[in-house]
Amino acid sequence: MSAAGNSVAVGATPAGSGWRAFFNQSRGVRVCSCLLLAIAVLVVFGPLLSPYAIDQVDWQHIAEGPSWSSGHWFGTDNNGRDLYVRTLRGGQISLLVGICATAISLLIGVSYGAIAGYAGGRIDQVMMRMVDVLYAMPFMFFVILLMVLFGRNLLLMFIAIGAINWLDMARIVRGQTLSLKHREFVDAARALGVPAADIIRRHIVPNMMNVVVVYASLAVPQMILVESFLSFLGLGVQEPMTSWGQLVSLGAREMESAPWMLLFPASFLAVTLYCLNVLGDALRRYNDALAGSLRGAA
Amino acid sequence: MLRLIRHRLLVAVPTLLVLVVLAFVLMRLAPGSPFSSERNLPPSVEENLNARYGLDDSLGEQLLRYLGNLARGDFGPSLYYSDHDVADLIREGFPTSLRLGLAAMILALGAGVTAGIAAARRPGGMLDHLLMGVAIAGISVPNFVVAPLLILVFAVWLGWLPASGAGPDASLTAAGMVLPVVALALPQFAYVARLTRASMLEVLDSSYILAARAKGLPERTILLRHGLRPALLPVVSYLGPATAAVITGSVVIEEIFGLPGLGRYFVQAALNRDYFLVLGVVVFYGLLVVIANLLVDLCYGLLDPRVQRQ
Repeated sequence: MSAAGNSVAVGATPAGSGWRAFFNQSRGVRVCSCLLLAIAVLVVFGPLLSPYAIDQVDWQHIAEGPSWSSGHWFGTDNNGRDLYVRTLRGGQISLLVGICATAISLLIGVSYGAIAGYAGGRIDQVMMRMVDVLYAMPFMFFVILLMVLFGRNLLLMFIAIGAINWLDMARIVRGQTLSLKHREFVDAARALGVPAADIIRRHIVPNMMNVVVVYASLAVPQMILVESFLSFLGLGVQEPMTSWGQLVSLGAREMESAPWMLLFPASFLAVTLYCLNVLGDALRRYNDALAGSLRGAA
Repeated sequence: MLRLIRHRLLVAVPTLLVLVVLAFVLMRLAPGSPFSSERNLPPSVEENLNARYGLDDSLGEQLLRYLGNLARGDFGPSLYYSDHDVADLIREGFPTSLRLGLAAMILALGAGVTAGIAAARRPGGMLDHLLMGVAIAGISVPNFVVAPLLILVFAVWLGWLPASGAGPDASLTAAGMVLPVVALALPQFAYVARLTRASMLEVLDSSYILAARAKGLPERTILLRHGLRPALLPVVSYLGPATAAVITGSVVIEEIFGLPGLGRYFVQAALNRDYFLVLGVVVFYGLLVVIANLLVDLCYGLLDPRVQRQ
C-alpha cells in the first residue's frame, strides 16, 4: 500500500526537486550552507590545529589581541587562555546542545501529538487543552529555575531545553495526524489488525517526516539560543568547559579593554544562528513548493 | 466574543495554578535552604527560623497556605531581604521593567509593522531583501549579543549614549533607555516584520483587493485601509508570546545595562533560595502573560468582526 503511495509521489515529483533544487533556490542558501559546513568542520577539527589546550594558561600572553606569531590566532582572555581553542570548543557544546535538545523535543512532541491526534475524541481534547495551558507558561523561568536549583549538568540541560520546545511540534504533528489517520493505507492497516502503537510508529509518523524535518531545522537555532541565554546568565556549562553564550558573557565584561574577547565568539554564534535560520526558512519554502506541486499534479 | 473571553478565563485559572504548584515543587525539591547559604547557623536557630516562616510544616500544608495567601493578595515575606515583603520588592522593581518592556513593545510593533508593509509592497525587490535580511538577523542574533555590541559601538567607541540605563542616583534617564529598549525590541521587531510581510502578501492576493485596485483606489488607500486590518490579525495573536519573550529578555537586558528592574531579582533570588521571592516573581509574571493573552484576544475580536459574531 505504502509502496503504491510512494510511486505516485515519485511520478508526480517535479523535475525541480532533490538537493540540487534546494540549493538552486537562491545564492543565500548556497552561501549559508557553505558557511555552516565550514563552521562545523572548524568546530570539530579546528582545536586540533592549535598547540594550546582549552584550560591552558599562557603567562606570557595574558589578555593579548589576536596575533599570528604567538599562536593565539584569536587572542587570549584575561586568564591567558587561548581564545581560538575556547571559541571552537565552546562551539562543540553549543552545536551539541542544539542537536540533542532538538532530538528530545522531537521525541516528546511527535509522540504526544501523534497519540493525541490518533486517539481523537475526549483524549485528544484533554491532551490539547493541557498544551494550551502549558503554552501560556513563561517557560524560560522554569529552565532558569531548574538550572539554578539542580546544578549544571549537561544532560539535565538537554532535557530542560528540549522539554520547553515541544509544544509547537505537538500541535503540528497532531494536525498532520488528523489528516493522515483516515487515509486508505491507515484504514487498511487497521483492518488487518495492526495495533494502534504500530500504526502510529510505522504508518503515521513516517508519512509526516517532511513537515517534522522542516520544524526541527527551525528548532535547532532556537535551542542554541536558549543554551547561550542560560550560559550568559552563568547557568550553562561549567569551567573548564565553555560555550558560545558563556564566552560572549565573559567577553561583554572585558569589551572595552579586550574587544576581541566579545567579537570572536559573538560572530561565531551570530553567523551560525543566522545560517541555520536561513536554511530552515529555505527548507520550509522548498517543502511548501513541493507539496504545492504534488497537490497540483494529483 | 463573551464566550471566547469566558473560555480564556477558564484556561487562565488552571494555567496559573499549574504555574504556582510547579514552581513551588521545583523550589522545594532543590537541595539547600534559604538560611544555609551565608554562615553556618546553629541548628536551633535554623529551626526557629523555619518555624517563624512556617517552613517546618508538611509541604502540602505549606502549598495550601501559600495558595490561600495568594488568593488574598499576600505574596509573603522575602527570606533574604529580611525587612521586605515580596510585594514591596515587586512594587519597587516593576515600574522600571514595565517602562522598559512597554517602550520595547511599542518600538517593535511600530517599526515592525511599517517594515513589513514596506517589504510587502514589492516582494523580491531591493527593499524587501534588505528588510528581511535584517529581520532574520534580528531573530538569529540573541539580544545579549546585540546589547554589548551596541554598548561597544555607541557608548564606548562613539560616546553618543550612556552605557548604563540608570543615572548616578539610580534614576532612569531617557538617553540611558535608548540602548536597552533597542536591544530588547530587536528580536520582536524582526518577528513582527516577518509576520506582517507574510500576511500582507496573502491579503494583497485576495479578490477584494483586486476589486479595490479595479476601482482605481490609490495604492496607499489599498494598503492601509483595506489591506492592513486583516493583515494585522496574525501580528496581534503574536503579541501574547511576544510579551512573554520581552519579559524573559528583560532579565538579561536589565543585568547588562544595570537597570534596577524586577528581572535581576529572579536569578539572584533562586540562588539565595529565597522561596517566596522566586514564587512571587513567577506568579506575577505568569499573571502578566495571562492578562496579556486576554487583551490580545480582545483586540483580535475588535479587529475581526467574524470573531464577535460567533
